[in-house]
Amino acid sequence: MDIELRGISKRFGPVQANQDINLEIRAGEVLGLLGENGAGKSTLMNILSGLYSADTGEILIDGSPAIFTGPGDSIANGIGMVHQHFMLVPVFSVVENVILGVEPTSGVDYLDLEAARAQVQEINTRYGMEVPTDALIEDLPVGIQQRVEILKVLFRSADVLILDEPTAVLTPQEVEEFFTIVRALRDAGKGIVFITHKLHEILEIADRVSVLRQGQIVGQGDPASFSEADLAEMMVGRPVSFSVGRAESTSGDTVLELAGVSLFDAAQDARLVDINLSVHGGEVVGIAGVQGNGQTELVEAITGLSAVTTGEIGFAGQDITRASVRQRHRMGVAHIPEDRHKSGMVGNFTVAENMVLNSYYDESVTSGVQIDWRRVHARAAAACLSYDVRTPSVFLGAGSLSGGNQQKMVVARELERDVRLIVASQPTRGVDVGSIEYIHRQLIACRDRGNAVLIISSELDEILDLSDRIYVMFEGRIAATFDNRGGGADRNAIGLAMAGVSQGTNPGAGRSGNRGSAA
Amino acid sequence: MSGEARSSGPAMSPDMKALLVPAIDSRSSWRELFILPLAAMFLAMLIGALIMMATSVAPETILQSFIAMAHGSVGSIHAISETLTAAIPLVLAGLGIGLAFRAGLFNIGAEGQMVVGGLAAAIASFLVTGLSIWLHLPLVLLVGLAIGAVYAAIAGLLKAATGAHEVISTIMLNLISIRLLDYMLRQPFIQKEGRSDPISKAVLETAELPRILEFLDGNLRLHAGLFIMLAAVAVIYWLLFRSKLGFAFRISGENPGAARYAGIRAGLTIVMAMAIAGALAGLAGAIQVSGVLGRATPGFTAGIGFDAIAVALLGRSHPVGILLAGLLFGALEAGGRQMQVDAGVSIDMIGIMQALIIIFVAAPLLVRRIFPPLFRERPRGGEENG
Ligand SMILES: Nc1ncnc2c1ncn2[C@@H]1O[C@H](COP(=O)(O)OP(=O)(O)OP(=O)(O)O)[C@@H](O)[C@H]1O
Ligand SMILES: [Mg+2]
Repeated sequence: MDIELRGISKRFGPVQANQDINLEIRAGEVLGLLGENGAGKSTLMNILSGLYSADTGEILIDGSPAIFTGPGDSIANGIGMVHQHFMLVPVFSVVENVILGVEPTSGVDYLDLEAARAQVQEINTRYGMEVPTDALIEDLPVGIQQRVEILKVLFRSADVLILDEPTAVLTPQEVEEFFTIVRALRDAGKGIVFITHKLHEILEIADRVSVLRQGQIVGQGDPASFSEADLAEMMVGRPVSFSVGRAESTSGDTVLELAGVSLFDAAQDARLVDINLSVHGGEVVGIAGVQGNGQTELVEAITGLSAVTTGEIGFAGQDITRASVRQRHRMGVAHIPEDRHKSGMVGNFTVAENMVLNSYYDESVTSGVQIDWRRVHARAAAACLSYDVRTPSVFLGAGSLSGGNQQKMVVARELERDVRLIVASQPTRGVDVGSIEYIHRQLIACRDRGNAVLIISSELDEILDLSDRIYVMFEGRIAATFDNRGGGADRNAIGLAMAGVSQGTNPGAGRSGNRGSAA
Repeated sequence: MSGEARSSGPAMSPDMKALLVPAIDSRSSWRELFILPLAAMFLAMLIGALIMMATSVAPETILQSFIAMAHGSVGSIHAISETLTAAIPLVLAGLGIGLAFRAGLFNIGAEGQMVVGGLAAAIASFLVTGLSIWLHLPLVLLVGLAIGAVYAAIAGLLKAATGAHEVISTIMLNLISIRLLDYMLRQPFIQKEGRSDPISKAVLETAELPRILEFLDGNLRLHAGLFIMLAAVAVIYWLLFRSKLGFAFRISGENPGAARYAGIRAGLTIVMAMAIAGALAGLAGAIQVSGVLGRATPGFTAGIGFDAIAVALLGRSHPVGILLAGLLFGALEAGGRQMQVDAGVSIDMIGIMQALIIIFVAAPLLVRRIFPPLFRERPRGGEENG
């Protein structure tokens, strides 16, 4: 099934999100869609999936015009979208989630789960997805949940799949597995639209690429004829440098120090085991590791969101082991959370309100018990400008910003403050190459002002590019430490340590004991 | 636009000024707040008329009943007085429910909070003697407010400490309050002398809310609670949208994960929000006792605490919306009584129409389908902003 978009335009208030866009999606092809944050990629795909209606333009399916009035119409026409935000019921099983809304019934209203399971299983094996069909969603890792979303659209007999930034939440290993599935789908004749901000992924998997900027197509063609730098320049309109120049750091006093920190969860499983870690002023420390090896818990322990079970946390010479989130925030700890939707922002609040989400009580924006909104607004506007958060107004609901701009808003809020320590968890998730460059420069600038920066990222490139020192986490422990001043760390050795193979420079590294029982 | 650049450093650039222009087309919120309820009301009346027709009420009687409703709610100074009198407790309790809702809590317990607040106020109104009205009346109202707050805070504490769901606990507290009222009304120090049925002593004159239209006509029941209601609307608006506490409430209600991230203590927030909600309901109960009823009797709250849930929903948990919704419900109440008198149509019809309005407001898509021209969107966006 081939799809053609002709002259699509869509306007949101003052923002022209799409302007006269022509795009072809062909069966058996992966179309890569690139574009800076707010370029209009998600909007265009939401139009194609019937969620929004275009102001002008038409959609042709195999040459004949189609009119969609809602998401139901597009899936009936064989177009399915996997949103960046999963829409799954956590307490339902995979099969139940897949069939939700299109349950096969026999008799009056008898749910024929067996037939459904067989059908889901068939799709599952055909494309090599390896999803445990009877598991509950809440027990599955993000990468598998995403496959459930893909199963959902395939179950509804989609011939065209739209994947909006599917790899943003995946670990590099999961990305490889994901690509295997995408290739299987393509070879089965499905048309696929793949949105991403990672240029190498486009080069790896896309058969064609289209680049959007400010709502318009600014280039398309065969990815083989472009380099990453070409694509980046096309997206942003200027040359982008992929790695920040990082001068030699002058490391100062210890700002953050964790001594023997362990953390047990409610089920008494050890999440962190005997963590010893320090971050000095004027230093960027990176935490590498496959997601789910204790990074989240480490960040929660440092920021005060979780109480540690044993051990001590020191901050600028003070013991903050028992300090509250707010006390730490006031003392100068900034926190860019790993999942902006879960904790970093409130979609129904305005951009301005989000800019003071965790500092609304601070004297600088209050008078007595009141929040001084005029000051908040002015400050938010200034932050939006300096961090290039693309919004027509600070009064716009943050939920209607593009995904990358939401992330930039969160980053702006945390970096704009005068702080001593920045804990940045996946700081550039969903952000375009131009803005990644900017955010990285800001993090380095913070370091150069003598502050401590702790970066947690599943992107090893990001860690290697920014960090002066690197800790690798594995199963809740520090498995290895590496010195990366001057970029000297051994990428392979880090990779091995991430996989739990004893290799690191740290004598205590690589104890790959069972999580939970060892402590 | 001057003098605010203090903290923002350099003078404002044109880019910055552009960012400070409100983005959202204010018409969409206008539609939500006014046109939708009006359309819902129209539909409810239509269905009300159909029901009456189906029960073979003569068409002229139906017409007469609607005229009577209009007349009884806004047609005379007496009607307006009745409408406002009915609206006062609805708005007050509705504000509390709306505020709790903004903080992510379903306070089903306004009825019970009104009962205990009203009962406590009644007791304070005749047990405390020898005070001037300037001391006695505020004392009585404050007692009602405080007891309502404490009563609701119980549900808040239970949730904060044990995770007990506030819907369950407030429903149970409602039941307890109703029995408690009956029990207390038979206590010798409360029960009216010489009566065997449960009824309290009368509110002392120094604890009565003065009637504010008495100079026009001695029968006009509207009392000074009106000013308390208006003040409460302003205070709750300020609290929600201007104060630090209200911001914390709203974050907690919108995204508990973000509230945790922002260092807001969940337990404290729950207890505070419930206590404020209960304070408003308790105040509503006290005002009913001191301004309208003059004593406490079994069932004196007459389900106002439940109607207030509907008012809060209809008003979309916005103080101004709640004020308007409360006025509408007050008007239906007053108009319904007139309808019963003039046209002989049962006041139950009003209950049905109130419920229908809520259903239509709760299902805006339905109303949009029925009246597409009223809601036609120009090609623009911003629909995400509720
Ligand atoms: N519902 C909406 N209301 C108002 N503006 C919107 C809405 N949805 C999108 N926009 C605006 O339209 C523009 C395009 O947004 P879109 O989400 O399509 O960008 P994107 O290319 O997907 O960006 P990203 O890479 O950051 O996800 C943005 O400026 C955004 O603010
Ligand atoms: Mg997007």
